[in-house]
Amino acid sequence: MDNVEKTADSSNGNKLERELVIPGDHLSEEDLKSGMGTYSDSGRIYASRLGVKNIRAGYINVVPLGGRYIPRPGDYVIGSIIDIGPSNWLVDINAPYPAPLHVNEVPWRVEFGDTARFLKVGDTILVKIQNVDEIKRVHVTMNDHDLRRLSGGLITEISHSKVPRVIGKGGSMITLIKRYTKCRMFVGQNGRIWIDGDAKDIMIAVETIERIEAEAQVMGLTDAIKAFLEEHYSLDARVS
Amino acid sequence: MGENIDLKLMDEEGRRIDGRKFDELRPIKIEANVLKRADGSAYLEWGGNKILAAVYGPREAHPRHLQDPTKARVQCRYNMAAFSVMDRKRPGPDRRSVEISKILSEALEYVIFTEQFPRTTIDIFIEILQAEAGTRCSGLTAASVALADAGIPMRDLIVSCAFGKIAGKVVLDLRKEEDNFGEADVPLAIVPRTEEIVLLQMDGHLTTNEFQEGLSMAMKACKNIYGLQREALRKRYSTVIDKNEEKEKKEEKKEKEEVVQ
Repeated sequence: MDNVEKTADSSNGNKLERELVIPGDHLSEEDLKSGMGTYSDSGRIYASRLGVKNIRAGYINVVPLGGRYIPRPGDYVIGSIIDIGPSNWLVDINAPYPAPLHVNEVPWRVEFGDTARFLKVGDTILVKIQNVDEIKRVHVTMNDHDLRRLSGGLITEISHSKVPRVIGKGGSMITLIKRYTKCRMFVGQNGRIWIDGDAKDIMIAVETIERIEAEAQVMGLTDAIKAFLEEHYSLDARVS
Repeated sequence: MGENIDLKLMDEEGRRIDGRKFDELRPIKIEANVLKRADGSAYLEWGGNKILAAVYGPREAHPRHLQDPTKARVQCRYNMAAFSVMDRKRPGPDRRSVEISKILSEALEYVIFTEQFPRTTIDIFIEILQAEAGTRCSGLTAASVALADAGIPMRDLIVSCAFGKIAGKVVLDLRKEEDNFGEADVPLAIVPRTEEIVLLQMDGHLTTNEFQEGLSMAMKACKNIYGLQREALRKRYSTVIDKNEEKEKKEEKKEKEEVVQ
């Protein structure tokens, strides 16, 4: 999980303006290039999505506050099998497009027509987006480090735009949750989160994630979450 | 339209039956993000109109043959609830609502960057809960707020408003009686930034001058409604951002106090 913190993070004290923009808003008079979530019309740059204005490396971007997950090559996502073909599985990755997983892209040797023996409809798997073409045909693969079928645990879903917050800067947030709850966790870029551990710990982890999602824009969130987890676990210690 | 009845649509002082002046809008209230399960939604009250708009997508288009490999389909469904009008409206699509659905989809499609989501559909549902003339304009206004709320990339919000002619005078935003017994009704939708017209229909008769007069009046009104739409979105989302600033200010205060101590 090296895909960390794309939104402007201000926890380290440098103040960044967080200006809410609405589609059609004129973004800047300065000489900047039109980045994500923007469009240019006769030399002027406008916002195309509802989000937060962000200027980085000469580009002006709008970091969206919502919207559906659009797959990008290299993303690690959590998918579930929705259909089985003789040489592939169809995976729902929480995007507008279903993604086929070909038998060549799994770590097992699968005979033609024998696909159902390995993955069944409803199975949850960890996959990587291998390729997205110009008409957004998505191909996923399981031939990578740590990609597997997920068994046990629980899946919770958040908005994909909040994923960087759940992971935190350099993975700080997710390691924090893991350390306290002792859960095994995986955050997919598509907003699905897999958590496995003791039932009680899972509940706390889910609660923590819900809180992160609700307060995603708050500064110093990692500290607040730390306090929140501290409270839970010290209370538990007192009870037992 | 233009039936003979004993109803004075405008008094000697130029006041309309609900006391409005010729260029006055009915009160408008917009709220964004009111439905949890929709990707985006909006609730709008415009005079006696009460409208709920919900957006789903972009999502996979079904049946498959409707998918367009170059762009997303924009499918809008305008539907009046059975209880939205005085006489019960027979539920289900009819000639009128099919037409309105079509023109609204086409208006919205113009501002959406459909090419970013090939093979998908963006579904917009406009439910008229209570109707009092001007539902297509109100519906379109609500739908564009819902689209922005759904995070769909678009050129601008669409604003819509109607003008018409009653008692020989060009007026803005007709209400039910004015629509039924007036001389003309012209719903209009624009892209406020460029002032492009994305919807224009006319029922009744107007002279060129009257039309021009009404058009400029409606354009001005649309800009005001645009402000309300933006306000609704801001209100919903800026709390998220403002919370930060408040917190930041608090921290600053604390620091200052510490320094003083």
